[in-house]
Amino acid sequence: MKIIVCVKQVPDTSGKVAVNPDGTLNRASMAAITNPDDLNAVEAALTLKEQTGAEVVIVSMGPPPAEAMLREILARGADRAVLVSGREFGGSDTYATSQILAAAINKIGVEDDDIVMCGRQAIDGDTAQVGPQIAEKLGLPQVSYAADIKKEGDTLTIKRMLEDGYMTIKVKTPCLITCIKELNVPRYMSVGGIFECYSKPYEVFDYNTLKDDPLIDPATIGLKGSPTNILTSFTPPQKGAGMMLEGADKETCEKLAGILAAKHMI
Amino acid sequence: MSTFNSADIAAFNGGVWVFCEQRQGTMMPTSFELISEGRKLADELGTKLYGILLGHNIEGIAKELGGYGADGVYVCDHPLLENYTTDGYTKVICDVVAEYKPEMMLIGATNIGRDLGPRCAARLHTGLCADCTHLDVDMGIYKDFLREASTLAPEKIDGLNTAMVLGEKHDVSRDLKMTRPAFGGHLMASIICPRFRPAMATVRPGVMKKAPFDQAKADACEIIKPNFSLTEDDMDTQVVEVVKAAKKLVDLIGADVVVSVGRGISKDVEGGIKLAEELAEVLGGVVGGSRATIDSGWLSADHQVGQTGKTVHPKIYVALGISGAIQHKAGMQDSECIIAVNKNETAPIFEIADYGICGDLFKVTPMLIEAIKAAKAAK
Amino acid sequence: MDFHLTREQEMVRKMYREFAETEVKPLAEEIDEEERFPMETVEKMAKLGMMGIYFPKQYGGAGGDVLSYAMCVEELAKVCGTTAVIVSAHTSLCCAPIFEHGTEEQKMKYLPDLLSGKKIGAFGLTEPNAGTDASGQQTTAVLDGDHYVLNGSKCFITNGNVADTFVVFAMTDPKLGNHGISAFIVEKEFPGFSTGKHEKKMGIRGSSTCDLIFEDCIVPKENLLGKEGQGFKIAMMTLDGGRIGIAAQALGLGEGAVNEAIKYTQERVQFKKRLSQFQNTQFQLADMHTRMQAAQFLVYSAAMKKQNHEPYSMDAAMAKLFAAEAASDVTRRAVQLFGGYGYTREYPVERMMRDAKITEIYEGTSEVQRMVISSHLGVK
Repeated sequence: MKIIVCVKQVPDTSGKVAVNPDGTLNRASMAAITNPDDLNAVEAALTLKEQTGAEVVIVSMGPPPAEAMLREILARGADRAVLVSGREFGGSDTYATSQILAAAINKIGVEDDDIVMCGRQAIDGDTAQVGPQIAEKLGLPQVSYAADIKKEGDTLTIKRMLEDGYMTIKVKTPCLITCIKELNVPRYMSVGGIFECYSKPYEVFDYNTLKDDPLIDPATIGLKGSPTNILTSFTPPQKGAGMMLEGADKETCEKLAGILAAKHMI
Repeated sequence: MSTFNSADIAAFNGGVWVFCEQRQGTMMPTSFELISEGRKLADELGTKLYGILLGHNIEGIAKELGGYGADGVYVCDHPLLENYTTDGYTKVICDVVAEYKPEMMLIGATNIGRDLGPRCAARLHTGLCADCTHLDVDMGIYKDFLREASTLAPEKIDGLNTAMVLGEKHDVSRDLKMTRPAFGGHLMASIICPRFRPAMATVRPGVMKKAPFDQAKADACEIIKPNFSLTEDDMDTQVVEVVKAAKKLVDLIGADVVVSVGRGISKDVEGGIKLAEELAEVLGGVVGGSRATIDSGWLSADHQVGQTGKTVHPKIYVALGISGAIQHKAGMQDSECIIAVNKNETAPIFEIADYGICGDLFKVTPMLIEAIKAAKAAK
Repeated sequence: MDFHLTREQEMVRKMYREFAETEVKPLAEEIDEEERFPMETVEKMAKLGMMGIYFPKQYGGAGGDVLSYAMCVEELAKVCGTTAVIVSAHTSLCCAPIFEHGTEEQKMKYLPDLLSGKKIGAFGLTEPNAGTDASGQQTTAVLDGDHYVLNGSKCFITNGNVADTFVVFAMTDPKLGNHGISAFIVEKEFPGFSTGKHEKKMGIRGSSTCDLIFEDCIVPKENLLGKEGQGFKIAMMTLDGGRIGIAAQALGLGEGAVNEAIKYTQERVQFKKRLSQFQNTQFQLADMHTRMQAAQFLVYSAAMKKQNHEPYSMDAAMAKLFAAEAASDVTRRAVQLFGGYGYTREYPVERMMRDAKITEIYEGTSEVQRMVISSHLGVK
């Protein structure tokens, strides 16, 4: 049994985020971190590994420096890592990204008792699309928003969160699960894991590694394979200095409520 | 699906579609919002607006969608569609889309919509933009929106009539411009799907405005029952149960709204806390307190915001009668929107407040509660 | 000298930092206030290999290096001096002497549980009448057939009330002075062993400090560590290593105080200016940081030398002397920058100041460090 976990290195958007004068993001101003939901997926995989002895394989698409993130996940206890990296893959939207990752997962191989796991969404794009799209392209059933996973034989029972409650879903392996932070608390790297992580298997899949997969075609990857285009990106007007509302009467309160409503805050 | 070609753009003349999500036979509020928004887009395109509704025994709730602007509703009724499943819903929607070829499709960005949307877009080989907060077709309206909501230079906005798509200039005037936040809201992007149809968007619930309901339009709404096939063999997942949760208790750190009280409630502690609770309830949040309220035993320690308490960054932080000592600010200054009510106009809390009201919290808070209730009812 | 950290050391620091911020910092005030040993933290650290960082995997260690251990103590001390000394005493004063001087049987018997953190270790050298002058040991050990019988008491024993395994020193032949001292591995279950009351301290108040009492305590002969008469040498070598741990603790406390002071002075406004805009503040912070940076070089250099099996006794003494005095100075200055708030328990700097003071005292006072350094210089 094998658990393949998709992870992404993202800029840390939780702190202060600097924007360049041209309206693009100053990525250098932000630390590169492992996408938080992905760590929940890693933790779920490592927990299943402890229960079943499964091998945990992590896969990420990104530039070569993403190796540092993959090593850190090896240091948490994953068994081997694959970085999918190549100029041909650049400019991919979620459709093209899932196409490439699906091909990489095919290369790793999905067998009957395997599971693919992803975080629900990445904090840079916040799309939550790549997981389900990988599932579609691999022809796997998917369960997203997993807050609890139990495995018995080839059947997984998953608590799938809804805004107003949850569903309990049964699905057989192989399948794809997207994980949310309610699922678990990710473990830390261990000291022993850190001193081992550079000797664990690490592979890079480039275009040539994947090009024979039917999913990989110049028309399905990179910019050319991306159905969506960015028309423009922009920053919202800067938040002004604090504003003292005049008066302290009914009208003042109505004005404030109006502002909050206009900003969709209520 | 065999004849389906998402790149044959001209063939997609089936109007604007909205996936109308229902749960246990009750329409999700976002369905009405999207129908209302879809009406606007269909008018800008000069085409029709349809809802697509899946479920079992749900035909009865279809016509109401007409009251918000739908010209018709595709109703797909089947016992296997009773509960949402990715496999069942994706199969039916993709089959019906392939048959009727809508130009655009909107889906509420609920936990279900964000599961369904990407799977459908992948199967249909088209583009999907996630969690949109603004949608436009008409270029004039779109540019007005950018002038208001962006810091883009006016000449840049004026020039946004075409986009470079695979090295060629593409006229975007009939494309759906899908605008959404990225990087935690620090950046906004407008996305188009120029080469494939339908252009798909999931749309953040609560953002689009619901139109006034019109009974005559509801009565006129056409019900269409498309052909589709669905069998047990199409189902890879099994829904064992659906549980509707009672509203769970939220802690300070996870709360979207925190209403905190400070020393300013001392003349009527119980009354002050009750007001904070009422305000928290209308805003959908929880009550917190400054160190003074905890040390005085007015609130238990788990309510404390500040250096020695909890650090919070809710969407809205309301400080009632809190002066804003440095150790309090340390716990809340990263809130998205800070509202302060304090009698003392030199209170440091006003230095970091987005909106300040200088007045007696016991007088201001009840009025604020009423005003917010009214504003919410008007939405 | 190469001051570049390896990629593993960079990673391990990142892990310690996350762990310290998330798991240790939130408890620091409480365990100080309540004088409570943070057993839950020890259990978490154990799982992550932090109780056996630089020991080989064959004995259950994490397979790291000495610098990675020093960085662990440093990062913990940045947020909690107590948690830092728990790791330091356990590692340097109990695991290290067993690893360095134990027989293969002793190592296999004791190290796996200690290094995996299932058991906590401590070190018993100091006595009421043998502090800085450790040679004046009054605890005795008499061989009786297949065991030794220990009598006497030890005081100020870090981890004393929570440890399972102790490295203890006793006089086997009083006539020989220093050369009559021997080292033993003592388990808390041994008959005749008990611990005394918890000492109430100025700082590191969550750490357990107590007396060890030996009343005809039976210690099997095979628990003699090293040979008879080698005890003093083992104690001194152990303290050389321990000083790296305490130096790292002092380093972390000072750095933690600098971090707090930088944060606070950028928020606090007086005379319509942030404190950080006053040149006095800027110069103070510059000095404080510079002192801690210098301390870091000394600590890391000593750790690297120990790792490389180079002589490091003087380096460890210099590191501890300098880091401890720097930490006391820097934490005191931090309290001053905070003003009245710094004197309250609302902010952590007063705790850091109290915690820092001990680093000038235990595992050899600053005066002892000066003795060690000057003797290495050949100054007589």
